[in-house]
Amino acid sequence: MPLRRWVLLLIPVLSLAQSVAPSTDARLNNLEAAVKSAQSAGDNAWMLTSAALVLMMTGPGLALFYGGLVRRKNVLSTMMHSFILMAVISVLWAIVGYSLAFGEGWPFIGDLRYLFLNGVGSAPNPDYAPTIPHQTYMVYQLMFAIITPALISGAFAERMKFSAMLLFSVLWALIVYFPLAHMVWGKGGFLNAALGGRIPCFDFAGGTVVHISSGVSALVCALYLGKRKGYGSEPMKPHSIVLSVIGACLLWVGWFGFNAGSAVAASSLATSAFIATHFATAAAVLGWMLAEWLRNGKPSVLGAISGAVAGLVAITPASGFVQPFPALLIGFLAGVVCFLMVTIVKSKFGYDDTLDAFGVHGAGGTLGALLTGVFATNAVNDGFKDANGKLLPLGMVDGHAGQVLNQAVGVLISWGLAIVGTLIILKICDVLLGVRATPEAELEGLDISMHGEEGYNLEA
Amino acid sequence: MKKIEAIIQPHKLEDVKEALKSIGIDGMTITEVRGHGRQKGHKEIYRGMEYQVDLLPKVKLEMVVADERANEVIQTVVNSARTGKIGDGKVFVYDVAEAIRIRNDDRGEGAL
Repeated sequence: MPLRRWVLLLIPVLSLAQSVAPSTDARLNNLEAAVKSAQSAGDNAWMLTSAALVLMMTGPGLALFYGGLVRRKNVLSTMMHSFILMAVISVLWAIVGYSLAFGEGWPFIGDLRYLFLNGVGSAPNPDYAPTIPHQTYMVYQLMFAIITPALISGAFAERMKFSAMLLFSVLWALIVYFPLAHMVWGKGGFLNAALGGRIPCFDFAGGTVVHISSGVSALVCALYLGKRKGYGSEPMKPHSIVLSVIGACLLWVGWFGFNAGSAVAASSLATSAFIATHFATAAAVLGWMLAEWLRNGKPSVLGAISGAVAGLVAITPASGFVQPFPALLIGFLAGVVCFLMVTIVKSKFGYDDTLDAFGVHGAGGTLGALLTGVFATNAVNDGFKDANGKLLPLGMVDGHAGQVLNQAVGVLISWGLAIVGTLIILKICDVLLGVRATPEAELEGLDISMHGEEGYNLEA
Repeated sequence: MKKIEAIIQPHKLEDVKEALKSIGIDGMTITEVRGHGRQKGHKEIYRGMEYQVDLLPKVKLEMVVADERANEVIQTVVNSARTGKIGDGKVFVYDVAEAIRIRNDDRGEGAL
């Protein structure tokens, strides 16, 4: 009995359903649009936050970290190296930089389709970031372009002319950074693993593009400019490790935007990158501290914070590809290796890399890029599939040992471009402006000689 | 009149001041200085760069007292500034030719 009653009841309901069928479709469409917009809102919120976090790495993060490590007479000029790039690179990026890096173009450089940010609006770019406005992606990438030349300034701090530093940074962005960013991240780029590159090199957040390129260029700068006056004979102690500790902590926090943001979505991949970043950094602090404690008898604060930066650098290409335990291992190794670089290797070869941009970013970046080929796994990153939708093995731990070779090619290209590009740019700057401050200017300190100010006016 | 100049460990300054106050000495001039005697310095290492820091922070006390109080003051400073370790500092004593109070032109011990 009850069954029949139900059937009877259903008859008018079914006929009603038939008559409203088109409006159900419309409602489904609306629902789909609402879901899409909700995802976009979530992703966009995270990506704008990440962009702001990455800018915070340059100023005040790097400005404080580097500023504390120089002598008192050069604190402002060193902080200015970071700060001014927040302005210079931004303008350059709007005019031509974004287009050269991310315009489809050729394998080695982008084209001019986004000149003056033409065509970069609120509609997403499906190749780079399908769920967020193209402008969000553009401004996020800008923050990477700012910090990279700022990292190099660690090598020429305390002795480079300010005008030459500006010209150098602009040319370096044009000749080294934009092409390399295009090769690794741009659509059709030679090394782009996700978007049809010839040699797929995994670089989640910039181990090659940011750290190898800046670190190796830093070494070239240190060698080209020569040592600071009195290097090795006069004391050149950091004037305030306190500032450097604050800077390093800001870098650690900002780096979550750098690495986890590189998932370009508020996704589980972002979480994985966040976790890998954090654990690698923690292990690197301990690695550096342990090595220093054993070798020098005391665990220094400067060592601990330098270890953190080394770990952050090394995990950058690997985050988004590796599990937490390999991340710990990568970090720990980076801490030990970078410690040996700035103590033993630097003193053996005698170059004056003022703030160890090469020892930390060049060495840590190279180590991280290679180890990414070892530990990358599709258990973390499911973005790479074959034609049948089956997950491809990523690194050596997935049984794809050849990836280490691909990584090595990426490393070699980055080294090569950084060395050749930086040498040419330095030569141009030297001929046009002279790269090195006069001996008097250097002795007086760049704060007064270049900027007409002092960092600390204690009597004022 | 004697001028007593004592170079002491910075962290002993409060003890010395208290001891001097307790014997009725309340005029002194203090300067933060750097220097070393036999103590030499210590080693600092920044990212593998070693620096020998020879000049260590010290405090210099200067006071001028009447001749008959000099020994008592010197002994008070020595006793209160001593830790028994190398680097405790030194005391130098000079003869003073004249003392003048600027406010009212008083001369000699009366100006102290």
